[in-house]
Amino acid sequence: MIEVKNLHKSFGEAEVLKGISTTFEKGKTNLIIGQSGSGKTVFLKCLLGLFNYEEGSISYDGEIFSQLTEDEKRNLRSKIGMVFQGSALFDSMTIAENVMFPLQMFTKQSKSEMQDRVDFVLKRVNLDNAHYKMPSEASGGMQKRVAIARAIVNNPKYLFCDEPNSGLDPKTAIVIDNLIQEITDEYQITTVINSHDMNSVMEIGEKIVFLKDGLKAWEGSNETIFKTDNEAVTNFVYSSNLFKKVRKMYLEENK
Amino acid sequence: MTYLYNIGNYFLMIAEMFRKPTKWPVMKKLIFKDIDDLIIGSLGIVAFISFFVGGVITIQTALNISNPLIPKYLVGFATRQSIVLEFAPTFTSIIMAGKVGSFITSSIGTMRVTEQIDALEVMGINSLNYLVFPKTIALMLYPFVIAIGMFLGILGGMAACVFGGYTSLENYILGLQTDFDTFHVIYSFIKTFVFAFILATIPSFHGFYMKGGALEVGKASTTSFVWTSVVIILLNYILTGMMLG
Repeated sequence: MIEVKNLHKSFGEAEVLKGISTTFEKGKTNLIIGQSGSGKTVFLKCLLGLFNYEEGSISYDGEIFSQLTEDEKRNLRSKIGMVFQGSALFDSMTIAENVMFPLQMFTKQSKSEMQDRVDFVLKRVNLDNAHYKMPSEASGGMQKRVAIARAIVNNPKYLFCDEPNSGLDPKTAIVIDNLIQEITDEYQITTVINSHDMNSVMEIGEKIVFLKDGLKAWEGSNETIFKTDNEAVTNFVYSSNLFKKVRKMYLEENK
Repeated sequence: MTYLYNIGNYFLMIAEMFRKPTKWPVMKKLIFKDIDDLIIGSLGIVAFISFFVGGVITIQTALNISNPLIPKYLVGFATRQSIVLEFAPTFTSIIMAGKVGSFITSSIGTMRVTEQIDALEVMGINSLNYLVFPKTIALMLYPFVIAIGMFLGILGGMAACVFGGYTSLENYILGLQTDFDTFHVIYSFIKTFVFAFILATIPSFHGFYMKGGALEVGKASTTSFVWTSVVIILLNYILTGMMLG
C-alpha cells in the first residue's frame, strides 16, 4: 500500500500540488485523473521519487520515502515497475534485452533462467515472436506491451503507468488496460495509473483520485463515479455526449 | 552564478559516478561497447588527419628554412617536436571533442529526452555510473589513439619530405633522433590522460543535465563541444606551465 499525506510541491512561485492526501491499495488498479495541468504527472513523479517535494510524506508499506538513505531508496525502487508515456525502451537493445535488463541488474539468475523468465513474460503480454526486434521496429502498442513486460519481469510490488493508452487506437488501449488489470490481480501489485482515458476510468478504475488545480477534488471508484454529484468530476468525466448517455443509462438501470 | 552552479554540479556528477557501481558483467559489456564506439571508431579520422597534418608541418617547416646555415635535419626535428608536444595530444583532442564529445552528448541527451534516464533511475540504477563511468574507462585507452596519431604524423612528414624532395630521408631521420627527450613523450601522454577524462565527462554532463526536446539535444552538443575545447586549451596551458615551464 502507498500512503500519501499532505503532499506539497512547487516550481518557483507556482505551487503545483497543494496538500494531497490519499492511499493506493494493494491488488487494486488506482487511477489518477484530471485535466491537463492539474498536477497528475508531477504527483506521479513525486511518488516515484523523481521530484523532491517541500512538505508531506509518501510511505511505501510503512517506509517513509524521504527518510530513506540513497541506497535504501534505490533498493525500494528496484521493487517498482514503471511504464512511461513514451515507453522509454532502451533503443540500443533488442526487445528481449530490454525485458531482461532488470533481471541482469537485480538478480543472480543464470542466463537460461533469465531467458525463461523473459520468454514467459513476453508470452504473457502476447509478444512471443518479438524477441529480436529493436524497439524502433515495433508499433506503439507493441512498445507499450514491452514496457509492461519490462516493468513486471522482476515481480515488482508497485507498478506505475503514465498515460499507458496515449497514442493507441481504442482496441489496443483496451488490450493494454485489461493486461494491466490482470497483472495487478494476478501478482497482487499496487498499481497506480495516470490517465486521461475515460474508457480506462470506467473499465479498470477500482480506485479513482481526481485532481483539480493541485488538489484532490474527489476520490471513489468506477462504480461511485456514476453516482457522484461533484461538479468538477462530472464536468470532466461526462464532458462528451457519449459518456453523458452512458451515465444516464447506468443511473436508470440502477435506480 | 550559473557558471559556478554548473561547475559545482559537474564535480558532484563525478563524485556520484563512482557511487553504487553497476554489476561487473553488465559494466564489462558497456565498457567494450564504448571502446568500440569511442576508441576504435575514432582511429580512422585520427589516422587520416595525423598523416596529412604531419605532411603539412614538414612542408611548411622546410619552406620556411631558407638560411643555408640552418641544417636540413631541422625539418625532422621540428616535425617531431610539433607533433609529439602539441599536435597529437592537444589538437587531436579538439577534433575528438567534436567527434566523440558530440556523440556522447547527443546519445545521453536523447536518452534524457525519451525518459530512458528516468527509467534507469526509477529502477534504482545509478544512471551516472551506468552511463558515464564506462565512457570514462573506455577513454583511458585514448593515449593509444594518440600514440598512433604521433606515429602516423611523423610518417606523414617523412612521406612529404621524401616525395616532395624537401630533404633526404637520412636527414629527416637524423632530425627525428636529434635531442630526443623521453620526458616530452611522458608529458604528452600525461596531458592525453587528462584530456581523455575531460572528453568523457564534460560532454556527458551536458547530455545528462540537458532539458527540453530534440532541438535542445543539438544545442547541448554544440555547447558541449565549445566547453570541452575551452577546458582542453586551458588545461593544456596549465599543464605545460607545470611540467615544462
